[in-house]
Amino acid sequence: MRKSIVNALVLGIVLIFLYLPIVVLAIYSFTDTATIGAAGNFSLENYRVLFTTPELIEMIQGTLLLALASSVLATILGTLGAIGSFYSKKWQRTTMDAMNQVPVINADVVTGFSLCILLIIVLGIDKDTFIPLLVGHTVLSAPFVYLSVTPKLKQMDPSYYEAALDLGATPVQALFKVILPHILPGIFSGFVMAITLSLDDYFVATYTKPATFNTISTYVVNATKGSQTEIKTALWALSTIIFSIVIVAVIGANLLPQKEKEE
Amino acid sequence: MKHFSRKQLSIPYVIFLVLFVILPLLVVLYYAFTNGEGRFTMTNFIGFFTGTNTIGTLIYSLMIAVCVTTLCLLLAYPVAYILARSMFKRKYIILMLFVLPMWINFTLRITALKEIMTAIEGNLAYYPFLNSVIGMTYDFLPFMILPIYNALEKIDKNLFEAASDLGANSLVVFLKITLPLSVPGIVSGITMVFLPSMTNYVVLDMFYNSTYIMGSLISSYFSAYDWNNGAMISLILLVIIFAITLIAGKFEKDEERKGAVL
Repeated sequence: MRKSIVNALVLGIVLIFLYLPIVVLAIYSFTDTATIGAAGNFSLENYRVLFTTPELIEMIQGTLLLALASSVLATILGTLGAIGSFYSKKWQRTTMDAMNQVPVINADVVTGFSLCILLIIVLGIDKDTFIPLLVGHTVLSAPFVYLSVTPKLKQMDPSYYEAALDLGATPVQALFKVILPHILPGIFSGFVMAITLSLDDYFVATYTKPATFNTISTYVVNATKGSQTEIKTALWALSTIIFSIVIVAVIGANLLPQKEKEE
Repeated sequence: MKHFSRKQLSIPYVIFLVLFVILPLLVVLYYAFTNGEGRFTMTNFIGFFTGTNTIGTLIYSLMIAVCVTTLCLLLAYPVAYILARSMFKRKYIILMLFVLPMWINFTLRITALKEIMTAIEGNLAYYPFLNSVIGMTYDFLPFMILPIYNALEKIDKNLFEAASDLGANSLVVFLKITLPLSVPGIVSGITMVFLPSMTNYVVLDMFYNSTYIMGSLISSYFSAYDWNNGAMISLILLVIIFAITLIAGKFEKDEERKGAVL
């Protein structure tokens, strides 16, 4: 009995450490004060500022668009790569696995800086074309798509594909009707991971983005250096909205498969 | 496509990897050992290892990384252990709670932590090192909990029973079974926390810690258009990453071999 109280206490303390800042900030996002700890009145002003300031709206739209575009690219490349690699000779597969692992373990600063030298300095691609940024975010996330599709291919019974061919399907048909449906969960979780990696990135964006374009991360970092209180508290509102979306999405994602299993 | 083969599907990704993953590394290597005019030089290399500022930065980064990794380990292990051993039916929901912050943009999370710590400390400028360590621990903790939990969860529960049937008390069970079998999880947690702690200078910036870590060096060379010295720092970081990966890989292989013997 005493042991379980101690256990609950340990879990509780770490949870408080993780959530107290986010929750307190969420509460204060609904007040008119800019100082944590001070008393304030209920107000939706921060949310009004967040949704009416063009600069903030542009920054949020830009971040989402970039995440979507780079994730679609990463998902296509990573999935094709995983399928191809799975059916290749062992040395080819090992080589691809190794190359794929580089952006995963590399520090994001190094990934961003090295892409900046190659694309912008050596090849002279204009940052304003968004090509370096898009490439950068695809480099960041495609390996994770590859990593989440590969296990699904390993789990698949290879005789399904053979059977489809024997029954007269062309290899392309067999690919779309047999292999793709099997690995779809892996593709989907890879895509979700790609989205969150892009949304979370600061370093690759800093070294490859157009000077006037900002993602949430680069914007927040710049905003904390400035002293605009109105912007600062509007970002509390943004943080609260993202927090709510993540909670709903994660709980939803965890309840759904459970339901399927029960059925 | 007449001679369609599934292998060919990987061609676009292979080209992509070679162009945007391998080529940038080669370019970094070239820039690290050349000067502004493109001539071969060892100046950047020698400059880093003889400059007191740059060596100081390396040492400071290592100090921060060691502290953050240790703190993450001390917090994450008990959490992972309690969760993995608990009989609670829906414990994956509690695990989710510990991992969920990972999905929220880290700059927003650090902003939240910074506001709370300002309220507690009054002025963040007094403890720059401590604040940076707390900030990074806050940021990276989920990345330590998850692999350790996975390693602990994989351990065959019969081993615990067998050990206690043979007379081992719970401390011996922990030291002889749980801890050794969770080493792969610990190692992969360390690799996920140690490196970002050496390079994530945004956390330091946000906590007004003006001391440089390795990442800040790249950032400052970048601002000064000094690609060659920036490339040298990247190269040194790459060597450190490579070393960590080698060591971690060795641990995992040892574990596999042990598993095979069992």
